[in-house]
Amino acid sequence: MSLAAQNLCLDGRLDGVSLTLNPGEVTAICGPNGAGKSSLLSCLAGLLEPQRGALALDGAPLGTLSPRDRARALGYLPQQGEVAWDMSVETLAGLGRLPWNAGAAADRAAVDAALAALDLQHLRARPMSQLSGGEQARVLLARVLAGEPRWLLADEPLANLDLAHQLSLLRQFRALAGHGTGVVLVLHDLAQAMNHADRVVVLDGGALAADGPPEQALSEAVIGQVWKVQAKWLGEPGKRALAT
Amino acid sequence: MTRPIPILLIALALALPVSLLAGRVWLDPFADLSPNALIILTELRLPRAILAIVLGAGLGAAGAAMQGYLRNPLADPGLFGIAPGAALGAVLSFWTGWASTAWVLPLFALAGAAGAMGLLTLIAGRSGSVMLFTLAGMMIASLAGALMSLAISLSPTPFAMSEIVTWLMGALTDRSWNDVLFAVPLTLAGIAVLLVAGRALDALSLGDAAARSLGVDPRRLQLLMVAGVGLTVGAGVAAAGIIGFVGLIVPHLLRRFTDRRPSSLIVPSALAGALLLLVADCLCRVLPLASELRLGIALSLLGAPFFLGLLLQMRRGLA
Repeated sequence: MSLAAQNLCLDGRLDGVSLTLNPGEVTAICGPNGAGKSSLLSCLAGLLEPQRGALALDGAPLGTLSPRDRARALGYLPQQGEVAWDMSVETLAGLGRLPWNAGAAADRAAVDAALAALDLQHLRARPMSQLSGGEQARVLLARVLAGEPRWLLADEPLANLDLAHQLSLLRQFRALAGHGTGVVLVLHDLAQAMNHADRVVVLDGGALAADGPPEQALSEAVIGQVWKVQAKWLGEPGKRALAT
Repeated sequence: MTRPIPILLIALALALPVSLLAGRVWLDPFADLSPNALIILTELRLPRAILAIVLGAGLGAAGAAMQGYLRNPLADPGLFGIAPGAALGAVLSFWTGWASTAWVLPLFALAGAAGAMGLLTLIAGRSGSVMLFTLAGMMIASLAGALMSLAISLSPTPFAMSEIVTWLMGALTDRSWNDVLFAVPLTLAGIAVLLVAGRALDALSLGDAAARSLGVDPRRLQLLMVAGVGLTVGAGVAAAGIIGFVGLIVPHLLRRFTDRRPSSLIVPSALAGALLLLVADCLCRVLPLASELRLGIALSLLGAPFFLGLLLQMRRGLA
């Protein structure tokens, strides 16, 4: 049970990236702007085809899966929370069930569970336009969770959220990993990655710069080398703050 | 949410008998039908009413699907250039003088629609890009429009020119069972294709990347849209000429009564498009004018202020 990339190369954006991700872990992908984080996530989600290299889900090449099977296994939350029509929370979350043909009862149960997990049940009939930014972000995540994916791949899910909502989502990601879901997050906030990820993958110029436990992959030396910033971690493990 | 569907069905059931009775010659539903009245009913009013219902349904469904595909409430089936392509085919049948031969006009129009559909998929390529697709449609619409103007300006006779101009205004006047015979199956097939595309259109509400992550194949969706819009709009233009604004107005008005998923808007829009065209055609017949008002003109007269209202609403939103 793994999601693996081997020697991924993509048009100057990725340069020989290899890694194997494990279910039940929260993995953060970090790196400066243009490092290839979103490209790597899109490749792992099967949305971008690498020019060279291989992707495999549970040992089977990702390209051999039908779009529907891939969609059932890999839930993807894009960076842009785009919704064209002003749907209700419940209807929007229900879009996560599109890859399934499980019947109305199963769909409803999955949507109810996703809304309950994100404390959105009281908002289920509310149109998206009447929600705050933090609530909208939770609804978009609920849409992915309603699809009951084995992997959650989220591109900067904490962007534009205040601290309380960031922590709320991070707790949710931890809970998902606790239930065996593989969680892969592109994160810009190194302190959040340090405190909340089990593993951090650092990209620099499309190549893997570090990969391992947060304390190791986000060491002051790595930050100096990749971000060109002299920084110092304060506090104790799990409650780190970055001083620059 | 399917609230509008029963109401629209009831409205259609009420409007249909009225449309069969109304016209320059009003038929008395309580009197015995004279032979002339029977001919008016079965050979003129009934095929015309069926065409209005089916073509209106096709335009409404195509409009709902187009707005879902382009994620734009102001999108119209005409944006793909298929209607101008079909119109160009029909214009050429008049230009060559073959339009009076049975089946030639609709066949030319359908060939024009097919040509536009083929060109559209050829130019848009395998990318599945919505923007590229829309720009290709606009280019085809512009080219077909220019070629139609050229055909009109080079008309071999003033009679042909007059026929072309009159036909382009769009109408259901004097349509027969032959028109029903080709337009109905093609339009219904087009609506069925658009319904198949419904789930993918729902996913597209979340943007391209999210839609693909939900298993949507953008190229397949594009082909479904070309086929669905091509069949509905192509058959509509072949049978009745260019009838605009139905595909814009109807989905826009109905969206608030649905759960806002594009798939849930297709059937109500088809029913409301049918109702709109049936009622509009009926009004064209009964208005006390020297000659019958062309259906295409009537809908444009209705549609332009509606469009202006939408723009003013948007302007207030931007202020």
